[in-house]
Amino acid sequence: MATDELTIRGRVAVVGVGESVYYKRAQSPEPEFKLVLRAILAACADAGIDPSRVDGFCSYSNDRNLPARIANALGSPEIRFSNMQWGSGGGGAAAAIGNASAAVAAGFAQCVVAFRGLAQGQFGRFGAGPRSNTISGQGAFTVPYGVMSPAQTYAMRTTRLMYEHGIDGSTMRAVAMAAYHHAQSNPRAVMYGRPLDEKGYDEARWIVEPFRLYDLCLENDGAAAVIVMSAEAARDLTPNPVYPLAVQQGGGHRSGASVHNQTDYVTSSFKTVVPHLYGQAKVGPEDIDVVQSYENFTGAVVMSLIEHGLCTYENANEVLTFENLISPTGKLPLNTSGGNLAECYMHGLGLQIEAIRQIRGESTSQVPNARVALANAGPMVEVASTAIYGNQEALG
Amino acid sequence: MSESKRSDAKSTQEAYLHAGLPAPTPARDGLDKPYWDGTRRHELWVQRCDDCGTHQWGPEWMCHRCRSFEVGWVQVAAEGVIYSWERPHHSVHPALAGQGPYLVVLVELPHADRLRMVGNLLGDPMQDVEIGARVQAVFEDHDDGERSFTLVQWSVPAG
Repeated sequence: MATDELTIRGRVAVVGVGESVYYKRAQSPEPEFKLVLRAILAACADAGIDPSRVDGFCSYSNDRNLPARIANALGSPEIRFSNMQWGSGGGGAAAAIGNASAAVAAGFAQCVVAFRGLAQGQFGRFGAGPRSNTISGQGAFTVPYGVMSPAQTYAMRTTRLMYEHGIDGSTMRAVAMAAYHHAQSNPRAVMYGRPLDEKGYDEARWIVEPFRLYDLCLENDGAAAVIVMSAEAARDLTPNPVYPLAVQQGGGHRSGASVHNQTDYVTSSFKTVVPHLYGQAKVGPEDIDVVQSYENFTGAVVMSLIEHGLCTYENANEVLTFENLISPTGKLPLNTSGGNLAECYMHGLGLQIEAIRQIRGESTSQVPNARVALANAGPMVEVASTAIYGNQEALG
Repeated sequence: MSESKRSDAKSTQEAYLHAGLPAPTPARDGLDKPYWDGTRRHELWVQRCDDCGTHQWGPEWMCHRCRSFEVGWVQVAAEGVIYSWERPHHSVHPALAGQGPYLVVLVELPHADRLRMVGNLLGDPMQDVEIGARVQAVFEDHDDGERSFTLVQWSVPAG
Protein backbone atom coordinates (compact mmCIF):
# COMPACT_ATOMS: atom_id res chain seq x y z
CA MET A 1 0.00 0.00 0.00
CA ALA A 2 1.41 3.38 -0.98
CA THR A 3 2.11 5.82 1.82
CA ASP A 4 -0.56 8.25 0.71
CA GLU A 5 -3.14 5.51 1.05
CA LEU A 6 -2.26 4.95 4.71
CA THR A 7 -5.00 7.24 5.95
CA ILE A 8 -8.43 6.93 7.51
CA ARG A 9 -10.04 8.70 4.56
CA GLY A 10 -13.02 6.75 3.28
CA ARG A 11 -12.48 3.88 5.69
CA VAL A 12 -14.31 5.13 8.78
CA ALA A 13 -17.37 7.22 9.60
CA VAL A 14 -19.06 8.87 12.54
CA VAL A 15 -22.30 7.03 13.22
CA GLY A 16 -23.53 8.78 16.34
CA VAL A 17 -23.09 11.84 18.50
CA GLY A 18 -24.57 12.64 21.88
CA GLU A 19 -24.25 14.73 24.96
CA SER A 20 -25.65 15.07 28.44
CA VAL A 21 -27.52 18.18 29.44
CA TYR A 22 -24.94 20.97 29.60
CA TYR A 23 -24.77 22.74 32.94
CA LYS A 24 -23.06 25.79 34.33
CA ARG A 25 -19.99 24.95 36.39
CA ALA A 26 -20.82 22.97 39.51
CA GLN A 27 -24.52 22.92 38.65
CA SER A 28 -24.82 19.30 37.53
CA PRO A 29 -27.17 17.38 39.82
CA GLU A 30 -25.44 14.19 38.71
CA PRO A 31 -21.87 12.95 39.12
CA GLU A 32 -19.48 13.07 36.22
CA PHE A 33 -19.51 9.33 35.55
CA LYS A 34 -23.29 9.31 35.17
CA LEU A 35 -23.05 12.23 32.72
CA VAL A 36 -20.58 10.20 30.63
CA LEU A 37 -22.94 7.22 30.57
CA ARG A 38 -25.79 9.49 29.48
CA ALA A 39 -23.69 10.95 26.65
CA ILE A 40 -22.62 7.51 25.40
CA LEU A 41 -26.19 6.18 25.53
CA ALA A 42 -27.37 9.28 23.64
CA ALA A 43 -24.73 8.71 20.97
CA CYS A 44 -25.74 5.05 20.65
CA ALA A 45 -29.38 6.04 20.32
CA ASP A 46 -28.41 8.62 17.70
CA ALA A 47 -26.54 5.91 15.80
CA GLY A 48 -29.36 3.44 16.17
CA ILE A 49 -27.12 0.81 17.72
CA ASP A 50 -27.35 -1.23 20.87
CA PRO A 51 -24.78 0.00 23.44
CA SER A 52 -23.43 -3.53 23.72
CA ARG A 53 -21.80 -3.03 20.32
CA VAL A 54 -19.37 -0.42 21.69
CA ASP A 55 -16.07 -2.27 22.01
CA GLY A 56 -13.55 0.59 22.19
CA PHE A 57 -13.07 3.77 24.21
CA CYS A 58 -10.93 6.86 23.57
CA SER A 59 -10.56 9.99 25.63
CA TYR A 60 -8.08 12.74 26.42
CA SER A 61 -6.86 15.12 29.11
CA ASN A 62 -6.60 12.32 31.66
CA ASP A 63 -10.35 11.85 31.72
CA ARG A 64 -11.27 10.26 35.03
CA ASN A 65 -13.89 7.87 33.64
CA LEU A 66 -12.01 4.71 32.84
CA PRO A 67 -13.10 2.51 29.91
CA ALA A 68 -13.23 -0.60 32.06
CA ARG A 69 -15.67 1.09 34.42
CA ILE A 70 -17.82 2.30 31.54
CA ALA A 71 -17.84 -1.10 29.86
CA ASN A 72 -18.72 -2.64 33.19
CA ALA A 73 -21.63 -0.24 33.58
CA LEU A 74 -22.80 -0.87 30.02
CA GLY A 75 -22.53 -4.63 30.45
CA SER A 76 -20.32 -4.75 27.37
CA PRO A 77 -19.45 -8.29 26.32
CA GLU A 78 -15.84 -7.27 25.62
CA ILE A 79 -13.41 -4.34 25.48
CA ARG A 80 -11.07 -4.39 22.50
CA PHE A 81 -9.55 -0.88 22.64
CA SER A 82 -8.83 1.37 25.63
CA ASN A 83 -7.00 4.55 24.72
CA MET A 84 -5.93 7.86 26.26
CA GLN A 85 -4.52 10.77 24.27
CA TRP A 86 -1.56 11.88 26.36
CA GLY A 87 -1.34 15.42 27.77
CA SER A 88 -2.20 18.88 26.42
CA GLY A 89 -5.75 19.04 27.78
CA GLY A 90 -8.37 20.03 25.24
CA GLY A 91 -5.80 19.70 22.47
CA GLY A 92 -6.82 16.06 22.43
CA ALA A 93 -10.47 16.53 21.46
CA ALA A 94 -10.05 15.94 17.72
CA ALA A 95 -7.17 13.54 18.38
CA ALA A 96 -9.42 11.26 20.43
CA ILE A 97 -11.73 10.91 17.42
CA GLY A 98 -8.64 10.34 15.28
CA ASN A 99 -7.47 7.62 17.63
CA ALA A 100 -10.92 6.02 17.51
CA SER A 101 -10.82 6.21 13.71
CA ALA A 102 -7.36 4.66 13.59
CA ALA A 103 -8.47 1.81 15.83
CA VAL A 104 -11.42 1.06 13.56
CA ALA A 105 -9.35 1.38 10.38
CA ALA A 106 -6.74 -0.98 11.82
CA GLY A 107 -9.31 -3.51 12.96
CA PHE A 108 -8.46 -3.18 16.63
CA ALA A 109 -12.14 -2.69 17.37
CA GLN A 110 -15.36 -2.23 15.43
CA CYS A 111 -17.32 0.40 17.31
CA VAL A 112 -15.26 2.95 19.21
CA VAL A 113 -16.57 5.85 21.27
CA ALA A 114 -14.56 9.02 21.86
CA PHE A 115 -15.88 10.75 24.96
CA ARG A 116 -15.17 13.38 27.59
CA GLY A 117 -16.81 14.07 30.93
CA LEU A 118 -16.36 17.07 33.20
CA ALA A 119 -18.01 17.92 36.48
CA GLN A 120 -16.03 20.84 37.83
CA GLY A 121 -18.22 21.09 40.90
CA GLN A 122 -17.42 17.51 41.81
CA PHE A 123 -13.73 17.71 40.97
CA GLY A 124 -12.60 21.35 41.11
CA ARG A 125 -12.25 24.25 38.72
CA PHE A 126 -9.99 24.41 35.72
CA GLY A 127 -9.31 28.08 36.26
CA ALA A 128 -8.13 27.90 39.87
CA GLY A 129 -4.52 28.33 40.95
CA PRO A 130 -2.63 25.73 43.02
CA ARG A 131 -3.35 25.67 46.75
CA SER A 132 -0.12 24.05 47.96
CA ASN A 133 2.34 25.86 50.24
CA THR A 134 5.29 25.13 47.98
CA ILE A 135 5.83 24.51 44.30
CA SER A 136 8.72 22.94 42.45
CA GLY A 137 9.56 22.06 38.85
CA GLN A 138 8.27 24.14 35.92
CA GLY A 139 5.58 25.81 38.01
CA ALA A 140 8.21 27.26 40.35
CA PHE A 141 9.25 29.60 37.53
CA THR A 142 5.76 31.01 36.94
CA VAL A 143 3.34 30.46 39.84
CA PRO A 144 5.16 32.70 42.39
CA TYR A 145 4.76 35.55 39.87
CA GLY A 146 0.99 35.08 39.72
CA VAL A 147 0.95 33.10 36.45
CA MET A 148 -1.28 30.16 37.30
CA SER A 149 -4.48 29.79 35.29
CA PRO A 150 -4.67 28.84 31.61
CA ALA A 151 -5.69 32.42 30.77
CA GLN A 152 -2.65 33.79 32.61
CA THR A 153 -0.47 31.20 30.90
CA TYR A 154 -1.59 32.09 27.37
CA ALA A 155 -2.36 35.81 27.49
CA MET A 156 1.24 36.77 26.70
CA ARG A 157 1.11 34.81 23.45
CA THR A 158 -1.87 36.87 22.44
CA THR A 159 -0.13 40.12 23.40
CA ARG A 160 2.71 39.08 21.14
CA LEU A 161 0.28 38.14 18.31
CA MET A 162 -1.26 41.58 18.48
CA TYR A 163 2.20 43.20 18.58
CA GLU A 164 3.79 41.23 15.74
CA HIS A 165 0.83 41.05 13.40
CA GLY A 166 -1.35 44.01 14.28
CA ILE A 167 -4.37 41.89 15.25
CA ASP A 168 -7.05 44.20 16.66
CA GLY A 169 -9.11 43.76 19.79
CA SER A 170 -12.18 44.18 17.58
CA THR A 171 -11.21 40.99 15.73
CA MET A 172 -11.22 39.04 18.99
CA ARG A 173 -14.54 40.68 19.81
CA ALA A 174 -16.04 39.43 16.54
CA VAL A 175 -15.08 35.85 17.47
CA ALA A 176 -16.86 36.19 20.82
CA MET A 177 -19.94 37.83 19.34
CA ALA A 178 -20.32 35.20 16.61
CA ALA A 179 -20.30 32.44 19.22
CA TYR A 180 -22.93 34.19 21.33
CA HIS A 181 -25.01 34.92 18.23
CA HIS A 182 -25.12 31.23 17.31
CA ALA A 183 -25.87 30.16 20.88
CA GLN A 184 -29.12 32.13 20.70
CA SER A 185 -30.44 29.53 18.23
CA ASN A 186 -29.17 26.53 20.18
CA PRO A 187 -31.36 25.36 23.06
CA ARG A 188 -28.52 23.16 24.35
CA ALA A 189 -26.31 26.20 24.84
CA VAL A 190 -25.66 27.37 28.37
CA MET A 191 -25.82 30.95 27.02
CA TYR A 192 -29.09 30.38 25.14
CA GLY A 193 -31.20 33.45 25.83
CA ARG A 194 -28.13 35.45 26.90
CA PRO A 195 -27.11 37.53 23.85
CA LEU A 196 -23.92 39.60 23.75
CA ASP A 197 -23.51 42.91 21.95
CA GLU A 198 -20.47 45.09 21.33
CA LYS A 199 -21.19 47.20 24.37
CA GLY A 200 -21.50 44.15 26.58
CA TYR A 201 -18.16 42.87 25.34
CA ASP A 202 -16.36 46.19 25.59
CA GLU A 203 -17.63 46.96 29.06
CA ALA A 204 -16.89 43.54 30.52
CA ARG A 205 -14.15 43.40 33.11
CA TRP A 206 -10.59 42.49 32.29
CA ILE A 207 -9.62 38.99 33.37
CA VAL A 208 -6.04 39.31 32.25
CA GLU A 209 -5.13 41.92 29.66
CA PRO A 210 -5.44 41.51 26.71
CA PHE A 211 -8.43 39.24 27.59
CA ARG A 212 -11.77 40.52 28.79
CA LEU A 213 -14.40 38.24 30.32
CA TYR A 214 -15.93 37.23 26.98
CA ASP A 215 -12.58 36.30 25.45
CA LEU A 216 -12.44 33.26 27.73
CA CYS A 217 -14.17 29.91 27.48
CA LEU A 218 -16.83 28.93 29.95
CA GLU A 219 -16.38 26.41 32.73
CA ASN A 220 -19.10 23.74 32.65
CA ASP A 221 -20.35 20.37 33.76
CA GLY A 222 -21.39 17.82 31.16
CA ALA A 223 -20.32 14.99 28.92
CA ALA A 224 -20.19 14.30 25.18
CA ALA A 225 -19.57 11.28 22.97
CA VAL A 226 -18.84 10.50 19.31
CA ILE A 227 -19.05 6.97 17.90
CA VAL A 228 -16.88 5.80 15.01
CA MET A 229 -17.37 2.64 12.93
CA SER A 230 -16.17 1.44 9.56
CA ALA A 231 -17.52 3.23 6.49
CA GLU A 232 -19.30 0.02 5.42
CA ALA A 233 -20.96 -0.40 8.82
CA ALA A 234 -21.96 3.26 8.78
CA ARG A 235 -23.65 2.95 5.39
CA ASP A 236 -25.76 0.10 6.79
CA LEU A 237 -26.95 2.44 9.55
CA THR A 238 -27.57 5.66 7.64
CA PRO A 239 -27.80 6.84 4.05
CA ASN A 240 -25.70 9.89 4.92
CA PRO A 241 -22.62 9.01 6.98
CA VAL A 242 -20.18 11.69 8.06
CA TYR A 243 -16.62 10.79 7.15
CA PRO A 244 -13.59 12.04 9.06
CA LEU A 245 -11.51 12.89 5.97
CA ALA A 246 -8.42 13.37 8.13
CA VAL A 247 -7.48 13.88 11.75
CA GLN A 248 -4.02 15.07 12.69
CA GLN A 249 -2.36 16.01 15.94
CA GLY A 250 0.95 17.60 16.76
CA GLY A 251 3.12 20.51 17.73
CA GLY A 252 6.23 22.17 16.34
CA HIS A 253 9.87 22.27 17.47
CA ARG A 254 10.02 22.40 21.27
CA SER A 255 6.30 23.15 21.57
CA GLY A 256 6.65 21.54 24.99
CA ALA A 257 9.47 23.80 26.20
CA SER A 258 8.81 25.14 29.67
CA VAL A 259 8.65 28.74 30.94
CA HIS A 260 7.45 30.12 27.57
CA ASN A 261 10.58 29.02 25.69
CA GLN A 262 8.89 27.39 22.71
CA THR A 263 10.99 27.95 19.59
CA ASP A 264 8.00 29.48 17.83
CA TYR A 265 6.14 31.43 20.50
CA VAL A 266 3.37 33.10 18.51
CA THR A 267 1.61 29.99 17.32
CA SER A 268 -1.55 28.04 17.96
CA SER A 269 0.58 24.88 17.44
CA PHE A 270 -1.04 24.05 14.11
CA LYS A 271 1.72 25.09 11.72
CA THR A 272 3.16 21.59 11.45
CA VAL A 273 -0.23 19.87 11.71
CA VAL A 274 -2.06 21.58 8.87
CA PRO A 275 0.00 20.37 5.86
CA HIS A 276 -0.52 16.74 6.94
CA LEU A 277 -4.19 17.46 7.61
CA TYR A 278 -5.10 18.93 4.24
CA GLY A 279 -2.82 16.47 2.45
CA GLN A 280 -4.57 13.47 3.96
CA ALA A 281 -8.06 14.94 3.67
CA LYS A 282 -7.41 15.84 0.01
CA VAL A 283 -9.07 19.20 0.52
CA GLY A 284 -7.70 22.69 1.04
CA PRO A 285 -8.77 25.75 3.02
CA GLU A 286 -10.89 26.88 0.07
CA ASP A 287 -13.05 23.76 0.45
CA ILE A 288 -13.99 24.38 4.10
CA ASP A 289 -17.67 25.36 4.33
CA VAL A 290 -17.86 25.87 8.09
CA VAL A 291 -15.31 26.04 10.90
CA GLN A 292 -15.41 25.05 14.56
CA SER A 293 -12.33 26.58 16.14
CA TYR A 294 -11.62 25.76 19.78
CA GLU A 295 -11.96 28.83 21.94
CA ASN A 296 -9.89 28.61 25.05
CA PHE A 297 -9.34 32.29 24.27
CA THR A 298 -10.46 34.39 21.32
CA GLY A 299 -6.88 35.34 20.45
CA ALA A 300 -6.07 31.66 20.00
CA VAL A 301 -8.97 31.33 17.56
CA VAL A 302 -7.51 34.10 15.43
CA MET A 303 -4.13 32.34 15.42
CA SER A 304 -5.77 29.00 14.57
CA LEU A 305 -7.78 30.36 11.64
CA ILE A 306 -4.64 31.94 10.20
CA GLU A 307 -2.58 28.77 10.64
CA HIS A 308 -5.31 26.69 8.98
CA GLY A 309 -5.06 28.98 5.96
CA LEU A 310 -8.58 30.37 6.38
CA CYS A 311 -7.25 33.94 6.48
CA THR A 312 -3.82 35.53 6.70
CA TYR A 313 -1.96 37.62 9.23
CA GLU A 314 -2.40 40.52 6.85
CA ASN A 315 -6.16 40.25 6.24
CA ALA A 316 -7.34 38.73 9.54
CA ASN A 317 -8.80 42.03 10.78
CA GLU A 318 -10.79 42.44 7.54
CA VAL A 319 -11.93 38.82 7.15
CA LEU A 320 -12.76 38.01 10.77
CA THR A 321 -15.73 40.33 11.20
CA PHE A 322 -19.01 39.48 12.89
CA GLU A 323 -20.82 39.53 9.52
CA ASN A 324 -18.36 37.10 7.98
CA LEU A 325 -18.39 34.73 10.93
CA ILE A 326 -22.11 34.11 11.26
CA SER A 327 -24.25 31.44 9.64
CA PRO A 328 -25.85 31.26 7.14
CA THR A 329 -24.75 34.46 5.43
CA GLY A 330 -21.09 34.85 6.42
CA LYS A 331 -18.17 33.79 4.25
CA LEU A 332 -16.52 31.91 7.12
CA PRO A 333 -19.22 30.69 9.52
CA LEU A 334 -17.52 30.04 12.86
CA ASN A 335 -18.49 28.13 15.98
CA THR A 336 -22.08 27.65 14.90
CA SER A 337 -23.27 25.98 18.13
CA GLY A 338 -21.86 28.73 20.32
CA GLY A 339 -18.74 26.70 20.96
CA ASN A 340 -16.70 26.78 24.14
CA LEU A 341 -17.64 30.42 24.68
CA ALA A 342 -21.41 30.13 24.67
CA GLU A 343 -22.67 26.56 24.11
CA CYS A 344 -20.61 24.65 26.65
CA TYR A 345 -16.98 24.14 27.52
CA MET A 346 -17.13 20.41 26.89
CA HIS A 347 -13.36 20.56 26.53
CA GLY A 348 -13.77 20.91 22.78
CA LEU A 349 -15.73 17.76 22.04
CA GLY A 350 -18.86 19.84 21.53
CA LEU A 351 -17.10 21.61 18.66
CA GLN A 352 -16.36 18.28 16.99
CA ILE A 353 -20.02 17.27 17.37
CA GLU A 354 -21.13 20.55 15.85
CA ALA A 355 -18.92 20.00 12.81
CA ILE A 356 -20.52 16.57 12.37
CA ARG A 357 -24.02 18.04 12.75
CA GLN A 358 -23.23 20.63 10.08
CA ILE A 359 -22.35 17.87 7.60
CA ARG A 360 -25.59 16.06 8.51
CA GLY A 361 -27.55 19.27 8.03
CA GLU A 362 -28.71 19.22 11.66
CA SER A 363 -27.12 22.33 13.14
CA THR A 364 -29.26 24.93 14.87
CA SER A 365 -27.34 27.47 12.74
CA GLN A 366 -27.05 25.39 9.61
CA VAL A 367 -24.76 26.46 6.79
CA PRO A 368 -26.63 25.61 3.56
CA ASN A 369 -25.20 22.59 1.73
CA ALA A 370 -22.22 22.20 4.03
CA ARG A 371 -20.00 19.47 2.53
CA VAL A 372 -16.75 19.92 4.43
CA ALA A 373 -16.34 21.08 8.04
CA LEU A 374 -13.16 21.66 10.03
CA ALA A 375 -12.96 21.38 13.81
CA ASN A 376 -9.73 22.04 15.69
CA ALA A 377 -8.82 21.56 19.32
CA GLY A 378 -6.62 23.11 21.97
CA PRO A 379 -4.78 25.94 20.26
CA MET A 380 -1.44 26.97 21.81
CA VAL A 381 -1.00 23.76 23.82
CA GLU A 382 1.97 21.44 23.27
CA VAL A 383 0.04 18.96 21.12
CA ALA A 384 -3.07 20.27 19.37
CA SER A 385 -5.32 18.45 16.92
CA THR A 386 -7.73 19.07 14.05
CA ALA A 387 -10.33 16.98 12.23
CA ILE A 388 -11.91 17.56 8.83
CA TYR A 389 -15.29 15.97 8.22
CA GLY A 390 -17.05 15.51 4.91
CA ASN A 391 -20.16 13.99 3.40
CA GLN A 392 -20.32 11.34 0.67
CA GLU A 393 -19.95 14.00 -2.02
CA ALA A 394 -16.82 15.40 -0.38
CA LEU A 395 -15.40 11.91 -0.10
CA GLY A 396 -15.86 11.49 -3.86
CA MET B 1 24.25 29.48 52.11
CA SER B 2 26.25 32.56 53.08
CA GLU B 3 24.29 35.67 52.28
CA SER B 4 27.44 37.74 52.73
CA LYS B 5 28.53 36.64 49.26
CA ARG B 6 25.61 38.31 47.58
CA SER B 7 26.30 40.21 44.39
CA ASP B 8 25.70 43.93 44.14
CA ALA B 9 22.78 43.44 41.73
CA LYS B 10 19.59 45.35 42.46
CA SER B 11 17.53 43.75 45.19
CA THR B 12 14.53 44.39 47.35
CA GLN B 13 13.02 43.07 50.56
CA GLU B 14 9.61 44.35 49.53
CA ALA B 15 7.48 41.71 47.80
CA TYR B 16 5.61 42.79 44.65
CA LEU B 17 2.73 40.37 45.22
CA HIS B 18 0.90 39.72 48.45
CA ALA B 19 2.25 36.91 50.62
CA GLY B 20 0.72 33.46 50.51
CA LEU B 21 1.43 32.14 47.02
CA PRO B 22 3.18 28.76 46.85
CA ALA B 23 6.88 29.18 47.68
CA PRO B 24 9.26 27.97 44.99
CA THR B 25 11.42 25.06 46.09
CA PRO B 26 14.24 23.37 44.19
CA ALA B 27 13.02 20.18 42.55
CA ARG B 28 13.87 16.98 44.43
CA ASP B 29 15.74 15.64 41.44
CA GLY B 30 18.24 18.49 41.76
CA LEU B 31 17.73 19.68 38.19
CA ASP B 32 17.17 23.37 38.94
CA LYS B 33 19.16 23.75 42.19
CA PRO B 34 21.96 25.89 40.65
CA TYR B 35 19.35 28.42 39.53
CA TRP B 36 17.72 28.76 42.94
CA ASP B 37 21.09 28.83 44.71
CA GLY B 38 22.12 31.61 42.32
CA THR B 39 19.07 33.71 43.10
CA ARG B 40 19.99 33.63 46.79
CA ARG B 41 23.36 35.16 45.87
CA HIS B 42 21.52 37.69 43.65
CA GLU B 43 22.95 36.13 40.54
CA LEU B 44 21.18 34.88 37.41
CA TRP B 45 22.26 31.39 36.36
CA VAL B 46 20.96 29.42 33.38
CA GLN B 47 21.86 26.16 31.72
CA ARG B 48 24.53 26.05 29.02
CA CYS B 49 25.67 22.92 27.25
CA ASP B 50 29.28 22.03 28.08
CA ASP B 51 29.68 20.46 24.64
CA CYS B 52 28.04 22.89 22.19
CA GLY B 53 27.52 26.03 24.28
CA THR B 54 23.76 26.32 23.71
CA HIS B 55 21.87 28.11 26.48
CA GLN B 56 18.71 26.41 27.65
CA TRP B 57 15.68 27.38 29.75
CA GLY B 58 13.77 25.95 31.62
CA PRO B 59 16.15 23.39 32.93
CA GLU B 60 16.39 20.04 31.14
CA TRP B 61 18.59 16.97 31.58
CA MET B 62 19.86 17.03 28.02
CA CYS B 63 20.90 19.71 25.56
CA HIS B 64 18.10 20.08 23.03
CA ARG B 65 20.55 21.03 20.29
CA CYS B 66 23.31 18.38 20.49
CA ARG B 67 21.71 15.88 22.92
CA SER B 68 24.66 15.98 25.27
CA PHE B 69 23.94 15.10 28.88
CA GLU B 70 26.80 17.37 29.91
CA VAL B 71 24.58 20.37 30.53
CA GLY B 72 26.35 22.84 32.79
CA TRP B 73 25.38 26.15 34.34
CA VAL B 74 26.63 29.66 33.65
CA GLN B 75 26.02 33.03 35.24
CA VAL B 76 24.56 35.54 32.79
CA ALA B 77 24.02 39.28 32.96
CA ALA B 78 20.91 40.01 34.99
CA GLU B 79 19.27 42.07 32.28
CA GLY B 80 17.04 41.57 29.28
CA VAL B 81 14.38 42.93 26.97
CA ILE B 82 10.60 42.76 27.37
CA TYR B 83 9.32 40.19 24.86
CA SER B 84 5.67 40.15 25.94
CA TRP B 85 3.47 41.05 28.87
CA GLU B 86 0.06 40.64 30.48
CA ARG B 87 -1.86 42.35 33.25
CA PRO B 88 -3.92 39.95 35.41
CA HIS B 89 -6.91 41.63 37.05
CA HIS B 90 -8.96 38.62 38.11
CA SER B 91 -7.38 36.72 40.98
CA VAL B 92 -7.29 32.93 40.81
CA HIS B 93 -5.62 32.47 44.21
CA PRO B 94 -6.94 33.54 47.63
CA ALA B 95 -3.58 35.18 48.45
CA LEU B 96 -4.17 37.68 45.63
CA ALA B 97 -7.82 38.41 46.41
CA GLY B 98 -7.06 42.00 47.43
CA GLN B 99 -4.08 42.45 45.16
CA GLY B 100 -5.66 44.33 42.27
CA PRO B 101 -4.03 44.35 38.83
CA TYR B 102 -0.40 43.32 38.54
CA LEU B 103 2.06 43.08 35.68
CA VAL B 104 3.74 39.99 34.31
CA VAL B 105 6.52 40.24 31.75
CA LEU B 106 8.21 37.71 29.55
CA VAL B 107 11.83 38.81 29.39
CA GLU B 108 14.18 37.76 26.61
CA LEU B 109 17.90 37.44 27.36
CA PRO B 110 19.59 38.43 24.06
CA HIS B 111 23.02 37.52 25.46
CA ALA B 112 21.95 33.93 26.25
CA ASP B 113 20.50 32.59 22.99
CA ARG B 114 17.38 34.72 23.52
CA LEU B 115 15.96 32.44 26.17
CA ARG B 116 12.97 33.79 28.05
CA MET B 117 12.03 34.18 31.72
CA VAL B 118 8.78 35.07 33.47
CA GLY B 119 8.63 37.66 36.24
CA ASN B 120 6.73 40.70 37.45
CA LEU B 121 7.47 44.20 36.20
CA LEU B 122 8.03 46.32 39.30
CA GLY B 123 6.50 49.76 39.68
CA ASP B 124 3.03 51.05 38.89
CA PRO B 125 0.89 48.05 37.88
CA MET B 126 -1.04 50.32 35.48
CA GLN B 127 2.07 51.63 33.71
CA ASP B 128 2.33 51.34 29.93
CA VAL B 129 4.53 48.42 28.96
CA GLU B 130 6.71 48.64 25.90
CA ILE B 131 7.73 45.45 24.13
CA GLY B 132 11.44 45.76 23.39
CA ALA B 133 12.18 47.91 26.44
CA ARG B 134 15.36 47.07 28.34
CA VAL B 135 14.87 45.77 31.86
CA GLN B 136 17.17 44.75 34.64
CA ALA B 137 16.67 42.03 37.21
CA VAL B 138 15.75 42.88 40.78
CA PHE B 139 16.30 40.06 43.26
CA GLU B 140 13.33 39.91 45.61
CA ASP B 141 14.25 38.17 48.87
CA HIS B 142 11.67 36.28 50.89
CA ASP B 143 13.24 35.53 54.24
CA ASP B 144 10.26 35.71 56.57
CA GLY B 145 8.57 32.41 55.79
CA GLU B 146 9.19 28.80 56.62
CA ARG B 147 11.76 28.57 53.87
CA SER B 148 13.75 31.40 52.34
CA PHE B 149 13.78 31.97 48.62
CA THR B 150 14.49 34.75 46.14
CA LEU B 151 12.40 35.67 43.11
CA VAL B 152 13.80 37.36 40.02
CA GLN B 153 11.74 40.45 39.22
CA TRP B 154 12.33 43.05 36.53
CA SER B 155 12.31 46.83 36.34
CA VAL B 156 12.78 49.46 33.70
CA PRO B 157 15.95 51.42 34.58
CA ALA B 158 15.32 55.06 35.40
CA GLY B 159 16.27 57.60 32.73
